[in-house]
Amino acid sequence: MSIPPKPRKETPITTLSVPTVGGMGKTGSWRTFRPIVDYSKCTRCTLCWIYCPDGAITRQEDDSPKIDYDYCKGCGICANECPVKAITMEREAE
Amino acid sequence: MSQTVIDTANHIVAYAAKAARVQVIAAYPITPQTSIVERIAELVESGEFDTEYIRVESEHSAMSTCIGAAAAGVRTFTATAAHGLVLMHEALHWASGSRLPIVMPVVNRTLGPGWNIWADLTDSMSQRDTGWIQFYCADNQEVFDTIIQAYKLCENEQILLPVMICLEAFILSHTYMPVEIPDQKKIDGFLPPYKPKWFLDVDNPLTHGNIVSPKWYMEFRYMIQEAMETAKQLIPEIDKEFGECFGFEHGGLIEKYKCEDADLILLAMGTIGSEAKIAVDNLRKEGLRVGSARIRVFRPFPKEEIRKLAENTQMFAIIDRGISFGMDGFLAEETKASLYNQKDQPLIAGFIAGLGGRDVTFKTVEKIAKKSSEWMRTDRVEKEAVWVDLRE
Amino acid sequence: MVSIKELSQEEYLLKGHIACAGCGLAISLRLLFKALGNKVILVVPACCSSVIPGSYPFTSFAVPVQNMLFEATGATASGVVAALRQRDVKDVTVVGWAGDGGTFDIGIQALSGAAERETDFIYVCYDNEAYGNTGVQRSGATPYGAWTTTTPTGKKERKKNMPFIMAAHRIPYVATACPSYPIDFINKLKKAKEIKGTKFIHLLVPCSTGWRYDTSKTVEMGRLAVQTGIWTLFEIEYSTFKLNPPSDRLIDKAKRKPVKEYLTLQGRFRNLTEGDIEKIQRWVDEDWERYRELASRPCV
Repeated sequence: MSIPPKPRKETPITTLSVPTVGGMGKTGSWRTFRPIVDYSKCTRCTLCWIYCPDGAITRQEDDSPKIDYDYCKGCGICANECPVKAITMEREAE
Repeated sequence: MSQTVIDTANHIVAYAAKAARVQVIAAYPITPQTSIVERIAELVESGEFDTEYIRVESEHSAMSTCIGAAAAGVRTFTATAAHGLVLMHEALHWASGSRLPIVMPVVNRTLGPGWNIWADLTDSMSQRDTGWIQFYCADNQEVFDTIIQAYKLCENEQILLPVMICLEAFILSHTYMPVEIPDQKKIDGFLPPYKPKWFLDVDNPLTHGNIVSPKWYMEFRYMIQEAMETAKQLIPEIDKEFGECFGFEHGGLIEKYKCEDADLILLAMGTIGSEAKIAVDNLRKEGLRVGSARIRVFRPFPKEEIRKLAENTQMFAIIDRGISFGMDGFLAEETKASLYNQKDQPLIAGFIAGLGGRDVTFKTVEKIAKKSSEWMRTDRVEKEAVWVDLRE
Repeated sequence: MVSIKELSQEEYLLKGHIACAGCGLAISLRLLFKALGNKVILVVPACCSSVIPGSYPFTSFAVPVQNMLFEATGATASGVVAALRQRDVKDVTVVGWAGDGGTFDIGIQALSGAAERETDFIYVCYDNEAYGNTGVQRSGATPYGAWTTTTPTGKKERKKNMPFIMAAHRIPYVATACPSYPIDFINKLKKAKEIKGTKFIHLLVPCSTGWRYDTSKTVEMGRLAVQTGIWTLFEIEYSTFKLNPPSDRLIDKAKRKPVKEYLTLQGRFRNLTEGDIEKIQRWVDEDWERYRELASRPCV
């Protein structure tokens, strides 16, 4: 998210940064592979949720994973760690 | 009740830190600052001084600890000298860039090799680019007063820059002089508790000091420069207010002595500035119309005041207790730079004196003034910089 | 003993940070906040963590963070702790969160000083075994034989033993951890929070960029480090040494996977000869003899 610099008067006196989701843009754009969940195999163990470096996986009501593709970098840890191989990595469409 | 004590500048520094109700002190000993940290330790351990005293393991850590504490919202303090100051150079930049109002007495001692523990201004002068406000004191009373004034100055929202208060090794640090310490209630009235502009707060989480791109950075630096400009106004105001409250004033940016009708003005800093006053009185008895201007504040550099002094005089003789190798004495350089493009440009002679604690008395200053007067008569300065009392 | 499902779903490392894909450090930060919540002030020296939250005016950290000079974590944290005490602020944990560079090398003095002064804070060294932020140069934490940009034919010296250096400071709590064992790391943080004094946690953080393996293997790499005995999960409380599961079952060499399994999976060890691997295996075995001894008596 590139924003135009604010006028000097509205700038704090030193580099104090505000907590922001996606301040540097939607990092999902880094991806070349995307994880796809097979919910019929998923046992709701939540390991994918705890191991996602980007916090892009949230737990739904039944603890199954919901992937935020805006911020998933496609690292594949979730697929690698899933004990029942319910997640596969598929190449992003061109 | 105010009380008069007779004590060394170092001990006075400790009492000033206590009077300023400093909340966190982080310091590392170095000659000739050691009696500051020792006296502070005694005051803390006797219960007289309620503060957090962190006996850090280096000066770099001392400044880093002060930065951490100031960032967490409290009034902080440290003190150092020479190599200790230079060791914390990186942290000095971080402190000013963070806009944290830290106050630090610096006992001016020169740099090695070899190990010379005596006075010159090279240590603090070499830090003049770090964004710290710099005061240079001429006696122990001024040391006390300036520390109190410094907190009032730097905690002002328009300033928020750290302050160095310089005092010469042994000449002040270890010399006993009478000092009036005002009543604590009066000091509290003059210097209210610190209200930080920003601080680390779990209820308002901010990240300080992460990456900043060229698109954003320059304005932060401009704001520091702006604060320095504002300091030039506030410093004399605060000095005046202090004088009205406590009876002592120290000249604001420049302490002028008999400059109004002087043909020759001696510019000097620190204790050489006091010696110059005695020299002025002696020389006037001999018929020389001399005055002295003790530059009390070096950062921000008092350009405007210097230009005013230049209007009514023929010559400046500038005495530097230090040198920037490859160029001239610090004060001489900056004075000349301030006068460029100005209508009034007096003749300027530069003198390097007293390096590594070599003695500079009023007699030395008289010699300097007489040499300068000779040149003034020929309207020509023979040498741009003269090293005084140098062995051939 | 908390289970993964019971952990809070609040995130204080916000989405959109710019850590590498598969970054072990990012997993660790999420776990830090799951253990300690958001009443935390982080002191972060120059390291990957000063960059991954993104650049001004944005940050991905939803807690107060003081970025600071590379060598100064221990000192800066000391100042923050003292200030909070002066302001009578309670229930806020100060955490020094530093990489291996800012802990083993340039930052060791400030850490040592802070520990000697019994500073009341938690210091976590997240160790990706190189100066990751600046492009994978060697550090005192880089293991023998590893490629880095400043040791292209492999580091000739062994890794500094930081946990024992810290234990020698007689601080109340030293622990090792790894994000591949999230509950163990979280328990250690919670335990540390309740102890007064300096607490040091040494976290092995696999780094696919620096160690040269596929990004999906980060958690697996940490597990393998522990299963081969190259990384050991233990705690030292003053002078009592204790192995934690699963390391406590690996005293018997037969139960440990051969180090070769771990080393051959990483591109940074491509230069190792058979002789090097034997040497590394021998060192690991020697360490474990020591652990066996220590588990039965005070160690410092």
